[in-house]
Amino acid sequence: MIRDITIGQYYPADSPLHKLDPRVKLFATVIYVIALFCFKGIVGLALITGFLYAVIKISKVPFKFMTKGLKAIVVLVIITSVFNLFATPGDIVFWKWGSLQITDTGIINAVLMTIRLVYLILGTSLMTLTTTPNQLTNGLETALAPLNKFNVPVHSIAMMMSIALRFIPILIEETDKIMKAQMARGADFENGNMIQKAKAMVPLLVPLFVSAFRRAEDLAMAMEARCYNGGEGRTKMKPLKYESRDHKAYAIVIGFLVLVIIAANVVPFPQ
Amino acid sequence: MSIILDKVNYSYSEGTAYHVQALKDINLKIEDGEFIGIIGHTGSGKSTLIQHMNGLIKATSGGIYFNGQDIYDEDFSMKELRSRVGLVFQYPEHQLFETTIFDDVCFGPKNLGLDKKTVELRAFEALRNVGFPHELFYQPPFDLSGGQKRRVAIAGVLAMKPEVLILDEPTAGLDPAGRDEILGLISQMHKELGITIILVSHSMEDVAKYVDRIIVMNQGSVMYDGAPKDVFRQYKDLEAVGLAAPQVTYLMHELHAQGLPVDLDATTIEEAKRSILEVLK
Repeated sequence: MIRDITIGQYYPADSPLHKLDPRVKLFATVIYVIALFCFKGIVGLALITGFLYAVIKISKVPFKFMTKGLKAIVVLVIITSVFNLFATPGDIVFWKWGSLQITDTGIINAVLMTIRLVYLILGTSLMTLTTTPNQLTNGLETALAPLNKFNVPVHSIAMMMSIALRFIPILIEETDKIMKAQMARGADFENGNMIQKAKAMVPLLVPLFVSAFRRAEDLAMAMEARCYNGGEGRTKMKPLKYESRDHKAYAIVIGFLVLVIIAANVVPFPQ
Repeated sequence: MSIILDKVNYSYSEGTAYHVQALKDINLKIEDGEFIGIIGHTGSGKSTLIQHMNGLIKATSGGIYFNGQDIYDEDFSMKELRSRVGLVFQYPEHQLFETTIFDDVCFGPKNLGLDKKTVELRAFEALRNVGFPHELFYQPPFDLSGGQKRRVAIAGVLAMKPEVLILDEPTAGLDPAGRDEILGLISQMHKELGITIILVSHSMEDVAKYVDRIIVMNQGSVMYDGAPKDVFRQYKDLEAVGLAAPQVTYLMHELHAQGLPVDLDATTIEEAKRSILEVLK
């Protein structure tokens, strides 16, 4: 049920990927997304698939666990690919009805878009699955520290992110609980048309908002009680430090990007 | 009329690192009109167990029978089951959402598809049964005190006229006065409305005074199932799993060890008092 949402969840395991510095993983994710949206041709696709496969294997996160996260974006993928399929003009037209048409470019675009979205979710969820929210925001804060000079409140942003991430599982659990409590009172969240379903959300959303505000107030109070006053002069218990495996990982990721770019220029086929 | 659980197993997140076997081979029979206490420390599976009884959680394996009908049958109506087995969750005040208390209590019966008159009648009755002051009926529920909110939430379930009422830690977070009030209310509902009550708690003290059968849960299985006297006799074993018998039990055992032949089966202060006076006569 609702517990199965895996986006933003951490999966504990003992793998080289879990031990990696979060900055490396952030960097790798950015590079991966760039590679994913600028590759051309079958060789590039094969390279990315291979890279993704290898990283998933190394991470020791069960593949089944990752695919659960995909369910959430099924609708998005279908809509995108349907639009691509029917609304792209191309050289060879297979079928035409009004402004709708199926063309060769349309089919290729639809397939590519589906692959890109699925890979995007798999790759990025791999980062959150192998990095605890704390590590992640810690990495982000350190990586973005130079922006402080331009008056960007990096610490506040990182703190907000870590609180938001921390609250995802709590709110999911809360939703699950309230949903069950209302179901015990005969509420029906599954059947009915759109309007009925939207109406059925009220008994869920009102208590959820009430409790979210209450939690936020409690948290703010608890932070102030412990003298939290922003990032100024704040030190870390575990400062991030690069180790040799992090340097190796950087090298591998850059090598991967170079390979994808070369592949795109040498074998830009079939697109 | 009964609920039968036959070899019920349940596990969370099977096949992942978060895998937890929450229930192991549970066999239980709950008869009409019983007042049962389910006791266990945090994580012993008691909350999971009760959610099986009205079909909110589906067992990984095993069967559950309500009045002889398999609740996992295709044509069994879960909605009907949920109206006949009422479940009040922990901190039920968190489920309130309507603009007035009365409307919130109407939510349950309205979902049963009853007509407006019956719905309002039932809400009225339920609020009266939990002893809620009439002048507050049309106030927003969010301004009430914790104990009052809890009454409203219990009324919300009661308005569906369940035959079995399950309450998950109904006294959590209440002060001693509020606790006695809620427990007294529950016991009164058992007597006056004749509904089966299942009370989940981790406090023996709470339960000992009211129930006539105790089920002790430990690590997902039933450890003891019997009358309070019989269960509390095993107080040494209960301690081993992080539970405790009522303080009276300890006192009586201590007195007995000191050579006073008191009744070791006394579970409430009243019983203990009587037994001690008897001996000292």
